[in-house]
Amino acid sequence: MSLLNDTGMYILLMKRVLVLPDRWKMFFRQFPKELEKLGLQSLPIVIIISLFIGAIMTIQTKLNTSNPLLPTYSTGLVTRDTLLLEFSSTIMCLILAGKVGSNIASEIGTMRITEQIDALEIMGVNSANYLILPKVIAFVVMMPFLVIFSMAVGLLGGYCVGVFTSIITTADYLTGIQYAFIPYYVFYSVVKSLVFAFIISSVSAAYGYYARGGALDVGKASTNAVVNSSILILFFNLLITNLMLN
Amino acid sequence: MIEVKNVDKSFDGNHVLKNISAIFETGKTNMIIGQSGSGKTVLMKSIIGLHRIDQGRIEYDGRNLPDMRMREIRILRREVGMLFQGSALFDSLSVLENVMYPLEMFSPVSKEEMTERAIFCLKHVNLEEKAFHLAPSEISGGMQKRVAIARAIALQPKYLFCDEPNSGLDPKTSLIIDKLIHEITHEFKITTIINSHDMNSVMEIGENIIFIEKGEKAWQGNNKDIFHVDNEALNSFVFASELFKQVKKANQ
Repeated sequence: MSLLNDTGMYILLMKRVLVLPDRWKMFFRQFPKELEKLGLQSLPIVIIISLFIGAIMTIQTKLNTSNPLLPTYSTGLVTRDTLLLEFSSTIMCLILAGKVGSNIASEIGTMRITEQIDALEIMGVNSANYLILPKVIAFVVMMPFLVIFSMAVGLLGGYCVGVFTSIITTADYLTGIQYAFIPYYVFYSVVKSLVFAFIISSVSAAYGYYARGGALDVGKASTNAVVNSSILILFFNLLITNLMLN
Repeated sequence: MIEVKNVDKSFDGNHVLKNISAIFETGKTNMIIGQSGSGKTVLMKSIIGLHRIDQGRIEYDGRNLPDMRMREIRILRREVGMLFQGSALFDSLSVLENVMYPLEMFSPVSKEEMTERAIFCLKHVNLEEKAFHLAPSEISGGMQKRVAIARAIALQPKYLFCDEPNSGLDPKTSLIIDKLIHEITHEFKITTIINSHDMNSVMEIGENIIFIEKGEKAWQGNNKDIFHVDNEALNSFVFASELFKQVKKANQ
């Protein structure tokens, strides 16, 4: 019952969010701020995690596939495909659900409990549209760039293993990451990231928007936003993978 | 003028407002008073349209709020200013930007004119110029209330709602805020409705007082009549302290 109720409330909220803004001027003032806050400020975490995971994935793949029957470039190939297919889109989005999702839910939740949203409503502003739409669009716009950036940095992490250790040669690694490259995988990842970005931003905004009570309830809303966005990401990952790769 | 006619409101079977009728006059400070849980906040939120009433009429100069569609309510709300209990200033904007916000949203004038109007409103509430570019968190509670009043009057509203305007303020600042609301109401001929617990405010600026008791209108009058009322519930609420008992005695 609660699931049905929550879904209904989410749909009703989206009905108010996904309409043309009352004032485009205000939308375009808010939009770059959200691009910066949700997108650019996520870059450091994307860089750090992608670089290390790319390097670790290369080392583990090499150590677990030390078979003379396997070609030496296979490590690079496996690292590349894992990054492209799953890590840079899904895992990175799960991480960003924690960072961006909690940020959105707590910001909007705090505005709710301090009556700032009521103040907007009393002024005659569509508060849902004014507050949530710039965030959703900004994050959906930024996410493919973050994902592609994560792929590039992850591959760079693997390359560093070749440069700084003797586990794999850079020549083998570079051959591997170029071998049998399927551009469709990048497209598939970008499509997934767009869906995940919408899920993270809209679900978190909904939890914040419907927050009631005090600071503790904003914390709960933030936690629920992250947990439920993550579950939805995993569900839609399965769905999209089945649709696009099957 | 706002006229409330036979308003009923329940929450999950709990009858909170029972057949309330009242007139809130233009150019007067109308006050809703009552104990905690008496239903005065629900009444105010129903008048603004934040709660949908079960039955009755809420007429803004003849326009019945419950009959309106969401779009019409939004247009009506552009004629409404509200001062919230916690001021509800936007954290991400400076003091000046907070006051400019409703103008930017709904006024077709140039940025210079908006700034001029915002500065006029801030000066009208006696806010020092050095505070204009500070964040709301950098100014005192009393100053935040003044900014909230300035924001509420920026679009020259016809109706002003104040929810506990003095909560968290010291008596001297409370008095300043009361006088400010009173002056603005008279100067701009606004229909002001104040929801208050503060008996000093009631005595000071209560030109039309509505006392709510257990969801029903138990009394209506002004700050002069209140000393001569024979309503036990009202007397025990208004004249609860020794000081006010003595004030009542002196006025009788």
